[in-house]
Amino acid sequence: MSSIRPHDRAPGEDMVPFQTGGETLSELLVYTTGFVLAIVLTAISFWAANTSLLWPPGVPLGLAVLAIAQMGVHLVFFIHITTGSDNTNNVLALAFGILIVLLVMAGSLWIMTNLDANMMAPSELMNLHMQH
Amino acid sequence: MSILGKLSWSAIPIHEPEAMAASGLMIAGVIAVLLWTTARGYWPYLWREWLTSVDHKRIGVMYCVLALLMLLRGFIDAIMMRAQQAFAAGSSQGYLPPGHFDQIFSAHGTIMIFFMAMPFMIGLMNFAVPLQLGARDVAFPTLNSVSLWLTASGILLTNISLVIGEFAKTGWVAYPPLSELKFSPGVGVDYYLWSLQISGIGTLMTGINFVTTILKLRAPGMRYMRMPVFCWTALATNLLIVAAFPVLTATFAMLLLDRYLGFHFFTVDGQGNMMMYVNLFWVWGHPEVYILVLPAFGVFSEVIATFSGKPLFGYRSMVAATMAICILSFMVWLHHFFTMGASADVNGFFGIMSMIIAVPTGVKLFNWLFTMYGGRVRFTVSILWSLGFMVTFAIGGMTGVLLAVPPADFQLHNSLFLIAHFHNTIIGGVFFGAMAGYNYWFPKAFGFRLEERWGAGAFWCWLVGFYLAFMPLYVLGLMGMTRRMQHYDDLNWQPLLIVAAVGALVIMAGIGCIVVQLVVSIRTRELRRDTTGDPWNGRTLEWSTSSPPPPWNYALLPHVKGIDAFWAMKQQAPGEQAAHVQTAGYAPIEMPKNSATGFVTAFFAVITGFALIWHIWWMAGLGVFGALVTLLVFAWRDQDEIEIPAGELARIDRSYRAEAAT
Amino acid sequence: MSTEAIFGAEGAITVDAIYEGPAPKRIVVAYGFWIFLLSDIVLFSALFATYAVLVHATAGGPDGVQLFSQTRIAIETGCLLASSYTCGLMWMAIGARNPAATYLGAAVTFVLGAAFLALEIREFAGMIAAGATPQRSAFLSAFFTLVGSHGAHVTLGLIWLTVMMAQVATKGFVAAVTRRLACFSLFWHALDIIWVGIFTVVYLMGIRT
Repeated sequence: MSSIRPHDRAPGEDMVPFQTGGETLSELLVYTTGFVLAIVLTAISFWAANTSLLWPPGVPLGLAVLAIAQMGVHLVFFIHITTGSDNTNNVLALAFGILIVLLVMAGSLWIMTNLDANMMAPSELMNLHMQH
Repeated sequence: MSILGKLSWSAIPIHEPEAMAASGLMIAGVIAVLLWTTARGYWPYLWREWLTSVDHKRIGVMYCVLALLMLLRGFIDAIMMRAQQAFAAGSSQGYLPPGHFDQIFSAHGTIMIFFMAMPFMIGLMNFAVPLQLGARDVAFPTLNSVSLWLTASGILLTNISLVIGEFAKTGWVAYPPLSELKFSPGVGVDYYLWSLQISGIGTLMTGINFVTTILKLRAPGMRYMRMPVFCWTALATNLLIVAAFPVLTATFAMLLLDRYLGFHFFTVDGQGNMMMYVNLFWVWGHPEVYILVLPAFGVFSEVIATFSGKPLFGYRSMVAATMAICILSFMVWLHHFFTMGASADVNGFFGIMSMIIAVPTGVKLFNWLFTMYGGRVRFTVSILWSLGFMVTFAIGGMTGVLLAVPPADFQLHNSLFLIAHFHNTIIGGVFFGAMAGYNYWFPKAFGFRLEERWGAGAFWCWLVGFYLAFMPLYVLGLMGMTRRMQHYDDLNWQPLLIVAAVGALVIMAGIGCIVVQLVVSIRTRELRRDTTGDPWNGRTLEWSTSSPPPPWNYALLPHVKGIDAFWAMKQQAPGEQAAHVQTAGYAPIEMPKNSATGFVTAFFAVITGFALIWHIWWMAGLGVFGALVTLLVFAWRDQDEIEIPAGELARIDRSYRAEAAT
Repeated sequence: MSTEAIFGAEGAITVDAIYEGPAPKRIVVAYGFWIFLLSDIVLFSALFATYAVLVHATAGGPDGVQLFSQTRIAIETGCLLASSYTCGLMWMAIGARNPAATYLGAAVTFVLGAAFLALEIREFAGMIAAGATPQRSAFLSAFFTLVGSHGAHVTLGLIWLTVMMAQVATKGFVAAVTRRLACFSLFWHALDIIWVGIFTVVYLMGIRT
């Protein structure tokens, strides 16, 4: 007999009860949990940026990790992106987007830093400019 | 500040004879067409059936019409350049002053890429993809119409620059600081930027539309690995559009902020970094060339399989190669500026990636060859273009791999060698693919085939003309000639440039053949009527519909059971063919209503763009407000669909099937 | 092209369980909007990359350490995050087809979003009054453009929210309206995701230079 497989879920669509086999969290709990987690992560970020307890060169990395974690919280708890098979298209699209973002940002930074190291410093350029 | 901003009578180039002549010709042509349409009373029909249509087939045709018109405009620029370079050696200055020559090469590139190649490919995808997927339309039909008309807005603005004001003199890439206000104080760069921002929004919407259509609206049973290869290449193309065009939008926005509000992104002052423009431009620019060529690859896959009478060889490797190209195209962009000063490790990485990206294309080429091998090839016009493509694109690709080697590129960057390479790939790949697709799908769109002899003539003129026009440029590049030269002193270059000019004339004959082919085909269309809907003994679903298909494409949705769904249907005995369509019987269909939203939005876009270019702030405000009101009117309409009753569907469908069976 | 007419019921029953056919309109619309959001995020990534490249290009003018106020940023972040939460509550009300709760959720979301914008505008105005204009340096151009683009998106979102409430009032919870509200909801959450990036990279990392 054919299996009745519902269509993919739209991004942002709430979890359908039978999809999770009856273990539904109430929606309110999902949003509230996400909200609280996000507040906690934000607070930690602000603390990490200001404290002298952490090794300074590591702080930007820590902030980045916290930011990514909070973005994940938003995606899961507010936009309901999961790894279920009905969400594959949504996750794939997101993964593609993230790949492009990483390539654009990391690629640009690598290239531009490299160029910067090889080019004359702006102050020297300004001096040349002044000379005539 | 005057009420009309920077606009004044001096914007009309009365002191420049060629510009006046060109403007005059263009205006005369436009007026002639408008008058003819009015005299024949075509306006109500045009408005109802075309301008407000949200049908993907009609929109596709309109995109192709725009592309063919812009081919003429862009080609005129080309032949003017070839003529100038053939004459302007040594003591002769030619007939084009430098400022004009600069505008012409800038307009040529902008028009050919954004307003000829893109619309042609988007037009073919619009027409064929929903039909091939067994869908009734794209995901967002009204948005599709908006995309078309925003592209038309960009075209209109660029062409207005010929008559009122000037165009950019910076080349089609508009690098700062030349494109900054300090060094380009006129309106030319603003025309360029606003035309492309406006049409860029349209293109982005197309990308979103087609990704959604291909992923969410396929016919029952059409799993991903059963889609025609053209749909796979369309998916890759539209993913690239969605990923790359926002970068262009951001980059142009930053340049606009520099020019309009005195920001310092790319200026010399304020510690701006003009190299960041180059970097970001090519982050978009490289995927763009794959956006152009991937649909062409898809066309060739369809055409070669159909006219060899064999399934496409290596379907899975084709799909893998296509998606590999999609991802890799975002990892090579620095090869457009090897000489900008990055060190060896950066240049080396991008050089190697640029060589790697040739591999999946090679896989495709071999697959096409193996498809033809063992088949009975019918030498239709589309196959001629495909054969020409395989040879020409292979050469262009090889010169690309050569340029991918940074030390070689240091010699050849911005020389005519580069110009020859990218024309080799864009003409041999994109344009030949457009022509193959145009000849292939024309009967489906209009119900009759194009005339073959003029079609073959067009092909041969283009093929011979291309080699005559561009092979000398490879040699000239190696001899040291830089691109974009209005005049040169080395007389050794001139003979080759004369040969190139002759090549351009042969191409002009080819374009003439295309025009004549269309006229003759229309005049004698009854000789080549397509009554069955399947003039080529095709393999994919679009050939199972009438020519042209009804607005809803499929009264009964096909149930797909494998690759080449229509071929499989044809192999079955007639009685079993019913299993390939839905068995539920005809049910009423809801079709989206026609809408003026696209056309009206574009009208306001043109007003806004023109106003911003000329600093007429109140007019820009009005334009934006008008667009907003249009959006609100669209949002408040209560009825956005019409129901087609089952009886009418049945009647039309049965009469087509009866006619096809005879 | 209603799938009901084709298949007779939502959630098709076919022999081929792997792909049943075209998706219902609400999924098509939401997915299309999801793709649009990803394109918007790519646009922001280009602005982020530019900001990162130009962050030290202060041309002798003020830098982030001198300009940014953490307290204000913390309040802005709180407002926007809370508005994301109330947007979720609004979405629940829409699911329950409860107009009063929907309007309440929308109103609170609007007020929080407007508060965010007001604080941001005050920040910009203060900077400009102090001579830290976008025309002062490349760093400031990049800052104003990145943060300002986000603010422009928030502004458009508030306008959109207002229009949507007008649509709920005039048309009720018809399918087209709820589809658009779903898109708004996605948009609003995405804006908060981008803000996480901004307050981390621009402000928190910026005060440590």
